[in-house]
Amino acid sequence: MIPERILNLVVILGFIAVPIWAVFADEIFTLTLVTKAMILGLAAVGLNIALGIGGMVSFGHAVFFGIGGYAMGILAHHAQTFTPLSVGPITMAGTKSMPVIWITAMLVSAAVAWVIARLSLRTTGVYFIMITLAFGQMFYYFTISWGTYGGEDGLPIYVRNSFPGLNTLVPLQYLMLCGAALGLALLLQWRLRASPFGLALNAARQSPARAETVGLDPMRIKLWAFVISGTITGLAGALFADLNRFVSPTMFSWQLSGELIILIIIGGVGRLFGPVIGAAVFVTLEHWLGGLTDFWHVWLGVILLFIVLFGRGGIIGFLTGKEGPHV
Amino acid sequence: MSEPVLATHELKKSFGALVATDNVSIDLRPGEIHAVIGPNGAGKSTLIGQICGALAPDAGRVEIMGRDVTRFDTAARAREGLGRTFQISALAMEDTALENVLLGAIGQTGRARRFWSPVARDADLQTCAMGALERVGLAESKDTRCADLSHGQRRQLEVAVALTLSPKAFVMDEPMAGLGLDGSKTMTSFLDGLRSEAPILLVEHDMDAVFALADRISVLVYGRIIASGTVDDIRASKEVRDAYLGESV
Repeated sequence: MIPERILNLVVILGFIAVPIWAVFADEIFTLTLVTKAMILGLAAVGLNIALGIGGMVSFGHAVFFGIGGYAMGILAHHAQTFTPLSVGPITMAGTKSMPVIWITAMLVSAAVAWVIARLSLRTTGVYFIMITLAFGQMFYYFTISWGTYGGEDGLPIYVRNSFPGLNTLVPLQYLMLCGAALGLALLLQWRLRASPFGLALNAARQSPARAETVGLDPMRIKLWAFVISGTITGLAGALFADLNRFVSPTMFSWQLSGELIILIIIGGVGRLFGPVIGAAVFVTLEHWLGGLTDFWHVWLGVILLFIVLFGRGGIIGFLTGKEGPHV
Repeated sequence: MSEPVLATHELKKSFGALVATDNVSIDLRPGEIHAVIGPNGAGKSTLIGQICGALAPDAGRVEIMGRDVTRFDTAARAREGLGRTFQISALAMEDTALENVLLGAIGQTGRARRFWSPVARDADLQTCAMGALERVGLAESKDTRCADLSHGQRRQLEVAVALTLSPKAFVMDEPMAGLGLDGSKTMTSFLDGLRSEAPILLVEHDMDAVFALADRISVLVYGRIIASGTVDDIRASKEVRDAYLGESV
C-alpha cells in the first residue's frame, strides 16, 4: 500500500517527466494529450469541490466548461473579425488576450453558478442531479441555435490566443500554462479542504442538521462552494477551447458533464488528486483504446464498473488501501 | 424570580387532526434543569423541534432571553445561544471527534468564511474544541473517526459539540438514550455540574436520571402539559401516575 502523499508526488513527477520525454522524442502529439489531461483534470478539480467535498452531484458542470469555451470563442471571434462586441448598451472590442478571456470566463461562470445553485439547492438527491442536467441541456440547445456564433457547427478560432511573455503556439509553453492553472487549482482545493469553510462544507454534506445547530447555514456554505466549483471549471473550458482553437455546443453536452463525474469516480471522490489521476487515465484510455477500437467506451464502462464495485475509493483508494471518505 | 432564559408561550402545532402540541407554555430559568417527560408519542420531539427552529408552530411564541425568536431559523437560534443535542446522534460520522467539535467552534466564532487558513493552525478553534473534548472525557479519542466511536462516546461527543457554543441554554433530547448504567451515571453527574453554567431543558426517558437531576419536571401527555412541579410534586401526583409513571414509582 502506498501512502497518498507518495502517490500524489508520483503523479506530479509523471506530469513533469512525460512532457520532458515528449520534447526529446519529438512526440508533439503527446504534449497535446498531456495538456488535455491537465485541462480535464482542472475541470474535474472544480467539480470535485462541489461533488467530492460538498456532496452536490452536479450533472451539469458542462455548463461552466461551455461558458469558459464560449467566453474565449466570442471574445476571440470579434478580435479576429475586427467586429465590435455589443452586450446590451455596452459596445467593446474583442480580445486575444488570455488573461482577459480567463477573467471573463471565470466571472460569467461564477455568476451563472450562483443562479443555478440558488435554484438547484432547494432540491437534493436525484432531483438535484436532474435540475443541474436540465440547466446543461438549456445551454446546449441555446448554443445549437445561436447562429451568430456558428450554431451547431461551432466557432473556429484561427490563431491561439496570447499570454504576455509567452509564445502560446509552442506546445510546451501552452502545456506549462495549463499545468500552472491546474497547480493553482489543486493548491486552492487543498487549502480549502483544510480550512474552516472546508470543514463546514464537509459537515454540511454529512449532516445539515448538525451544521444548523451550531449556527451555520448549510445552504449558504454549499452555495459558495458551488460558485467556486463552477468558476474553476469555467477556466478549464477557456483553456480547452484554446487547446483545440475551436468551440462548439458539445462543450455543453451532458456527455461532458458525465465524463467529469466519471473522472472523479475513477480517481477517487473527494481526494485531492482524484480528478487529476482520473483525467490522466481517461485521456490515456481514450487515446490507446480509441486507437484500437471505436467502441473504447465499452472498456471505459468495464473499468468504471470494476472501480465502483470493488474499489469504492477509486484508483487512489485502491492503491493507498484506504476506502474513499465517502461515495 | 429571575427572568427565564428560554420560554414558550401557548405553543400550538397540529398535524392534520392530530394535535401534537396543545397550548404548551414552559420556561427555563437560570441555573436549573427542567425535565420534560411523557410517554412515547406525547409530542416531546415536536416540542423540541419548535423550540430549536426545525418546526414552525401554528401559534404561540418562543423566546430566548426575552427575545421573540419564533421566526428565526435553526442557525439563527443557535447564534442566539441555544445549544441542542440530538436524540439520535447527528454527528458527521466520517469526521474525527475533534473535527466534530471544531465545527461547533467554527459556528461559535463565525469563521466559516475562512477558506484559506488551515483549521489545524487556528489556535482559537483548537483551544475551544479541545477544551470541550476534555470536559466530556474524550480528549484521548480526538483522532478517532466518529463512526468508530462507541455509542456512549457519541452521546458524550454530542454534548461536547453543544459545549463549544457556550450556549445560554441547553436543550437536550434524551442524552442518556442507549447508555449503560455506568454511562448514564457519568452523564448524570456531568449534567449536574453543567446547570450552573447554563440551564438545561432535558427531555429524557431515564426516570432515575430525571429524578436525580431535575429541579422541575413538566409532564407532557397528548401534547398537553398535565402537570408541572418539583420532583416530589410529580411523584405525588395521582394524575401523572395514572397517565405515565405507573404504580411502581
